[in-house]
Amino acid sequence: MLPLRQPFDVAHDDAQANAAQTSGAPLTLGRAIVVTSGKGGVGKTTTTANLGVALAKRGAKVALVDADVGLRNLDILMGLESRVRHHVLDVLEEKVELNEALVRDKNFPNLFLLAAAQSREKDEVDTESMRDLIEELREQFDYVLIDCPAGIEMGFTNAVVGAQEAIVVCTPEVSAVRDVDRVVGLLGNAFSPQLIINRVRPHLVHKGKMLSVEDVNSILRLPLLGVIADEPDVIVSTNKGEPLALRTDTATAKAYHTIAARIAGEDVPAPMVEYKETFMDKLGSLLGGRR
Amino acid sequence: MTFNDVFNNLNRLFGREKSGETAKERLRLVLMSDHLSLAPDMVEAMKRDLVEVVSRYVEVDRDKIDVRFEHQDSVFAMLANVPIISVNRTPSPPAGPPRRRRRKKRLAQQNGQAPPQSTINPAPAT
Repeated sequence: MLPLRQPFDVAHDDAQANAAQTSGAPLTLGRAIVVTSGKGGVGKTTTTANLGVALAKRGAKVALVDADVGLRNLDILMGLESRVRHHVLDVLEEKVELNEALVRDKNFPNLFLLAAAQSREKDEVDTESMRDLIEELREQFDYVLIDCPAGIEMGFTNAVVGAQEAIVVCTPEVSAVRDVDRVVGLLGNAFSPQLIINRVRPHLVHKGKMLSVEDVNSILRLPLLGVIADEPDVIVSTNKGEPLALRTDTATAKAYHTIAARIAGEDVPAPMVEYKETFMDKLGSLLGGRR
Repeated sequence: MTFNDVFNNLNRLFGREKSGETAKERLRLVLMSDHLSLAPDMVEAMKRDLVEVVSRYVEVDRDKIDVRFEHQDSVFAMLANVPIISVNRTPSPPAGPPRRRRRKKRLAQQNGQAPPQSTINPAPAT
């Protein structure tokens, strides 16, 4: 039996006991946040996984929903691929109960994954049922993070339908910024989108070879949640299926924890990346390189 | 090849090219065109006003007007192809600062001759 609050229990439970359980989040319904970008490969799934872990580490009850039907990956990044028995379409088609399909995380008892169907297609998802499913999850969880597929077709529609907020992930590339601009236009005035700029290489920005955080946001003009550097440890964590946010000692892990704190409403500054001059840079400038 | 080109090529050779600037410029232009194509109402309104202004001076073929937006090197340009049917002899300019008449035209009128036609090259209708 999963340690979940049943939807029907909510009304009968003692309000204070529940408030204590949910670490100060509103008792009624949790927050459903869609993680989107338009373009593929910018780090939506990595962001979802890490923010899920970071929020769970803060004690919140978190459900991660992989809405990328047909190309599921969130289970791999969470290292839960061997535990997935049922997926989101099984629940939508009422083959299994929601609680049967939720996979509990290896590290946090308050973190769950609802995997996407791998052998199905995005068009098979019924938009109205998806909205109901997310609402059902919001009754049980403080946060419902929805990993949106790339593109702006049905998969996108189904991923955002149940959400009230959006986190848009962008990389400092022309194509990614353009796609985020489009997605933000599609989201309209709802969802109050906030921005995470991912895969920034401070060294390249310093040399003028990469769009800077300021460049990107002077165009997008979105509230900035934080900046994540392009670090090799992201790849290592993907290899192992252990999200970076499980740790607290690396700069990238710290950045995810700070972003989670900001999502939870803490007034802390957005994490940024800094350029540190390396020995080779110093050597280069000594040899007369113009920078 | 200008000095700037030489300079840029040298920088490229030594791997000091600031392609971040290029990215920024490309992004600015592409978003301008994206936003225009997403706002057809605005483009239509602009076209309507444009026709209205041009029609004060020349009679245009309203059905064949073609307005496009294009990247041209480092600028984003509006290209309007407005087929002209005939030229109004007595243009009715809107109230505004007085127009300076060309000396040549004024002289011709004083001599009782028809003013020389300004050369208008109507672009071929597409």
